Amino acid sequence: MTVTKKKRGPTLLQRRSISGLLFCSPFIVGFLIYYVRSIFMTFQNAFSHITMLESGQEELTFAGFSYFNDAFNIHPSFRQTLTSSMGDMAIDVPLILFFSLFMALMLNQKFRGRTVARAIFFLPVLLNSPSILTALQTAQGTILGGNSPVSTVVMDSMGTTTGVNMDFYLGLLGEAFPTWLLDYITGAVGRISTIVTSSGVQIIIFLAALQSISPSLYEVAKIEGATPYETFWKVTFPMVSPLLITNMVYTVVDSFVNSDVLALAYRTIFTENNYSLGSVFSIVSMLGVFLILGIYGFLASRITFYQD
Amino acid sequence: MNLIAKGKALWGGAKNNTQLQNEKNRIIRSTKSFLMSAFRLVLIVGISYVIISPLLGIVVSSFFSNEDQYSPLVYMIPQTPTLERYQLALTRLDYFTVMGNNLLYVLSLSVIQLVICAMVGYGFARFKFPLKRILFGCVIVMIIMPSHTIMYPLYTTFQKFDPLWLVSAFTGKAQNLLSTPVPMFLMTILGTGLRAGLYIYIFNQFFRGLPKEIEEASFVDGAGTFYTFVRVMIPNAVPSIITVTLFSMVWQYNDLSYANLFNVSNDIVMSKRLNTLQSTIANVDRIVDPNIQQLYVFAGIVMMILPMIIIYVFLQRRFIEGVERSGIVG
Repeated sequence: MTVTKKKRGPTLLQRRSISGLLFCSPFIVGFLIYYVRSIFMTFQNAFSHITMLESGQEELTFAGFSYFNDAFNIHPSFRQTLTSSMGDMAIDVPLILFFSLFMALMLNQKFRGRTVARAIFFLPVLLNSPSILTALQTAQGTILGGNSPVSTVVMDSMGTTTGVNMDFYLGLLGEAFPTWLLDYITGAVGRISTIVTSSGVQIIIFLAALQSISPSLYEVAKIEGATPYETFWKVTFPMVSPLLITNMVYTVVDSFVNSDVLALAYRTIFTENNYSLGSVFSIVSMLGVFLILGIYGFLASRITFYQD
Repeated sequence: MNLIAKGKALWGGAKNNTQLQNEKNRIIRSTKSFLMSAFRLVLIVGISYVIISPLLGIVVSSFFSNEDQYSPLVYMIPQTPTLERYQLALTRLDYFTVMGNNLLYVLSLSVIQLVICAMVGYGFARFKFPLKRILFGCVIVMIIMPSHTIMYPLYTTFQKFDPLWLVSAFTGKAQNLLSTPVPMFLMTILGTGLRAGLYIYIFNQFFRGLPKEIEEASFVDGAGTFYTFVRVMIPNAVPSIITVTLFSMVWQYNDLSYANLFNVSNDIVMSKRLNTLQSTIANVDRIVDPNIQQLYVFAGIVMMILPMIIIYVFLQRRFIEGVERSGIVG
């Protein structure tokens, strides 16, 4: 009996699972040899002293947490860079999400020139290269203040007090609103170009989500007499809310790639050849990213609506 | 008499009133929609300006002559436009050779990326196999984890490339693959290229959304698994394919982190070359004024983004539709 079974070969299910593994095999192998191995090595480096032998081999001796101690207590700029990078990220993420959802709602309406507007809003994704970004920033300075360097300086200093004394009006508002909120909003206005340029993909994703909402839901809402405001909160927002987490992950990862703390880690490893300390920097900043993702993910999951 | 007149006036007033009411409502409604579209117009034009103005600044400045750059009268429109910036940037960037190499590099990587990620995404979407959930968790880890965490280990891996001691068995010592494009290809072929996790995720979501019936039909007709994938599933996945193609091309083209890490040659990666353009102009051509150097960099940038803009203009409409239908939304 067993012999005939063997002759018959694997069952359909087994064959399916084998071909599934075959389809995924490149990724599995790649993940094992590039990612798992590298993560392991990063941790190993972070916990040990590395000395280069003359043969080009590395010698690792266990160092415990001493490099973590160095990073936080001895290194002159790590703590500050880390907190400022993480702080920037924590501030930018909700702003980018809010802005991209808002813009997606705008672009989802029917008006003339919609295609052109969409094309423009996606343009920043094409220009998302470090060298181009620096040049764009310089160019923005020059376009604001003519092209002579003198006027750029003048305009830059004027940027804080443009004609109207904004501080005065903000001071009036300060009576009514808490200062931190005002600071956040004025800060957001200052960051508008960063926010706009880094929300191209997110706008597209939200747009796609908006397009996929079934029109019959809106019909029902209309028949039941819902106002546009109610329709937004009861229909539109719940339907796009699953994409909040997707977009959040994308935003965090994307803004982390260009952050100062990564630049510091890179410099420490490749310029100063301090492999252990650099590994510590990357591990700590990675944990920081996970922390931010975790907190925002938790908050987002509270307002996310799942259909099933 | 007085009473009747009063009544008549009241009656007429009421009659008038419904008309008035209708009129009023209409006016309110049209004003509302007018205000709404005006608001939308202002907002969209304003933000488009934020996006486009620096780009415009770069394009315009790249035509400025030295006098224009310093003349306080010149704004946006150069008085004595010159193509000199482009001429010098063209030679210093070695534009046509490098661009050809770069496009070839980016295109081949994107094709590999597309094939591998589609395969893996399909595998995760349609098959049941042991540890599938954990393995898909690895895809998510790959999306979330900043690639910089594993920079140095990857660097050493390719510096002393010796998988299973095979290379050293043949050549006597480990191969140094750095400063060649090989590491990037090796990573991409194994589904761990630049942002490959995201592409796998997109394909996975898309294939999960396709009806099972089309696959079953092809099985019934006697097609094998791989044949079904190539002939039935791939033609149905055009929206995802367009999305992934554009994303992978753009990101690969703009990527500097992997290019720097693996020290890929300047002759292949344009963005690396662009990074050193300013110092080349300063040191080789002895143009010491940073404001003038900047103009050459602008010209270089215009030339660098030109191919991507052209591709985007052609793919734009299909791309945005493609994203809407591809798996990102799930």
